[in-house]
Amino acid sequence: MTENNFSLKKIEISVSEAEKRTGRNAMNMQETYTAYLIETRSVENIDGQSVLTDSLWRRYSEFELLRNYLLVYYPHIVVPPLPEKRAEFVWHKLSADNMDPDFVERRRIGLENFLLRVSSHPILCRDKIFYLFLTQEGNWKETVNETGFQLKADSRLKALNATFRVKNPDKRFTDLKHYSDELQSIISHLLRVRARVADRLYGVYKVHGNYGRVFSEWSAIEKEMGDGLQSAGHHMDVYASSIDDILEDEEHYADQLKEYLFYTEALRAVCRKHELMQYDLEMAAQDLASKKQQCEELATGTVRTFSLKGMTTKLFGQETPEQREARIKVLEEQISEGEQYLKSKNLEGREFLKNAWADIERFKEQKNHDLKEALISYAVMQISMCKKGIQVWTNAKECFSKM
Amino acid sequence: MGWRRGSRLSAAVGRARTVGMEGERPAAQPRSSGLPAGGAGGENLGAGVSHPGSSGSSVLLPAEVLDLDEDEDDLEVFSKDASLMDINSFSPMMPTSPLSMINQVKFEDEPDLKDLFITVDEPESHVTTIETFITYRIITKTTRGEFDSSEFEVRRRYQDFIWLKGKLEEAHPTLIIPPLPEKFIVKGMVERFNDDFIETRRKALHKFLNRIADHPTLTFNEDFKIFLTAQAWELSSHKKQGPGLLSRMGQTVRAVASSMRGVKSRPEEFMEMNSFIETFSQKINLIDKISQRIYKEERDYYDEMKEYGPVHILWSASEEDLVDTLKGVASCIDKCCKATEKQMAGLSETLLPVVHEYVLYSEILMGVMKRRDQIQAELDSKVEALSYKKADPDLLTEEIGKLEDKVECANNALKADWDRWKQNMQNDIKSAFTDMAEENIHYYEQCLATWESFLSSQTNLPLEETSEDKS
Repeated sequence: MTENNFSLKKIEISVSEAEKRTGRNAMNMQETYTAYLIETRSVENIDGQSVLTDSLWRRYSEFELLRNYLLVYYPHIVVPPLPEKRAEFVWHKLSADNMDPDFVERRRIGLENFLLRVSSHPILCRDKIFYLFLTQEGNWKETVNETGFQLKADSRLKALNATFRVKNPDKRFTDLKHYSDELQSIISHLLRVRARVADRLYGVYKVHGNYGRVFSEWSAIEKEMGDGLQSAGHHMDVYASSIDDILEDEEHYADQLKEYLFYTEALRAVCRKHELMQYDLEMAAQDLASKKQQCEELATGTVRTFSLKGMTTKLFGQETPEQREARIKVLEEQISEGEQYLKSKNLEGREFLKNAWADIERFKEQKNHDLKEALISYAVMQISMCKKGIQVWTNAKECFSKM
Repeated sequence: MGWRRGSRLSAAVGRARTVGMEGERPAAQPRSSGLPAGGAGGENLGAGVSHPGSSGSSVLLPAEVLDLDEDEDDLEVFSKDASLMDINSFSPMMPTSPLSMINQVKFEDEPDLKDLFITVDEPESHVTTIETFITYRIITKTTRGEFDSSEFEVRRRYQDFIWLKGKLEEAHPTLIIPPLPEKFIVKGMVERFNDDFIETRRKALHKFLNRIADHPTLTFNEDFKIFLTAQAWELSSHKKQGPGLLSRMGQTVRAVASSMRGVKSRPEEFMEMNSFIETFSQKINLIDKISQRIYKEERDYYDEMKEYGPVHILWSASEEDLVDTLKGVASCIDKCCKATEKQMAGLSETLLPVVHEYVLYSEILMGVMKRRDQIQAELDSKVEALSYKKADPDLLTEEIGKLEDKVECANNALKADWDRWKQNMQNDIKSAFTDMAEENIHYYEQCLATWESFLSSQTNLPLEETSEDKS
């Protein structure tokens, strides 16, 4: 089980099934949850056949655990998002129930998409924990927790503090943060309007179904018109029921947009990491500068800065030269340490910037490609809907004209 | 024996019709110009001798050709040719519908048979100290001899139309008088003089007069002629004549009384008719509700769509690489939005008014049935009285004789008019729904073209872009 497995073979991952399960949770209470079957196939280069190598069941919370781990260990990577935990931007037909089969199905697709994104990422795909996620059913949770990643995670508070106080963040990251805020806002807006439009469209189609019923009843009393009415009514029913598939397709489109909505959070996470690192760097530099100054003051005897030592000296009398020497020595050590620290932090920072920006460029290309494809697929859906409409109404018109 | 009255009508050569018998289509109503008009008030019956007339092949012509229910649109009828087009179009939106073209072809073989053209337009507001009201201009062009001139222009208000309808109902209790638009629209409308309301009313009034003009019997009604031609003061003075309010009330009382007695023996065909009317009324009301609801849902859809396009434009501001695609999508959505608007307009011009008119018609039909039943009830009660030997038997017998005539005339009139009405209804409904289907097809075709053009613009990319990294 080496991490380099993936670079040798091609891997196909699918989340092929979803199953309702009951079990006992951490508080020993009975709960119902959905488990998803993950199948991994390795494609042998020689003959192109795929062999099922692993298959196990995971629930949503385990996916979350995996992602949180990746976020901590790869802060410079825009980590792919998970599908939404609860159904949002629903229009009236979709229930917000997590157990609703349509929701479960869409989530299954979303989870599969997540795994595919991770496995096709040049860096993330090599991760051992990810590999184990796909291959080691039992004990995986313990393995992840043993990495102690939760402890390594930056505290939210610390991050928030850094965001406010950082003085010189890289401009590209500031711009990126603004962009991700804008993108989040605009996609949310679009999804909301789309949901409302879908709702209204549903209404239009469904009301036509009433024609079917009434035409049928009316045809009973009509001699000449009867047949035409009856068959026209049938087409009205067809029209009314066609909206279900149309909107189901649109839901997939909405999911594609949602993925990028959630991606904005991943983008912001990378920006936050940069701000945190930058802030630490600035604090370290500040600290070093103040120590150097203290040292200088002690050496030259001038007091330019306020210090506790200076105060007490004033109050309780000058310290002895030996004491001063000792203090200078300590400071010099600290300064040297500080300089080392600063150097490594600087290096870290530059490494981070380089790697993060590379991934961001990769992400941008992916985003442009995917969104364009999504918009085009939306056009394709509209075309299909129009063609269906033309068909139905042409049929209906024929029936009407035969009345 | 009912033919005594009918003979008056048969003098009006060219206007008579065969008595409608069950299942049989009435012959077309040929109209040659210049003949004396038929009866004035009184019982003008549809019964009469069948007239071969100039259209010996009239039986082959579908009645719809000559059922000249005009479209509602602005008809500045200044030449017969223009009106020929109107005659043949079933709907204002579709002068070139296949069916109308067929009829147009047929019609060209026939001599011009319509000789009375009416338009209703130019609503005008009048303010007096007592009230504010609207008048409509009514232009009549005719070649009929009984009209003093060939062109008339008068102004009438809604009240005048109500008067006319009342007179027609009085004169022809068992004919199906066309409906008037309602006094008020129940829901939503606050202002009486809202522009849409006035326009809808104008169109309905136009239809009302033209339906009367096309009716083989009603078209010769004297009150109708006065309505079309008299000056305002002439009309008022004419209105004051005729059976007074008290006698009208007396009629109403008798009507109520006899209807309460119930119809003992309604003939089979009228039972069927009644049952049809009941079901039809139910169904057409439902259709009306459904159609209105569809319009409302489309309006709501349109309102949401209006917001949808601009969101994409907004988005394009922050995406350098997706500007074209996003703007393209926005433009498509906006175009579809406009197409929706157009489709809705079509719906409210073609389907909704027709369905609504037939809702009103269904009420009228029930009224006609009642009146027929009432006439029969009068006879039945006299017959009953005779059997109880309550009054002078000779007098009663004479009265019964007269009433029997009356009943027979009424029944025949209704039967003939019923067949005619049914035929019209089928044509109107058929045409209205066909138009609706056509509108919808057109809507989807427009949207399809929009999206297809967008798609082809997106997929015909220059080579550099297609080799982009596909994740």
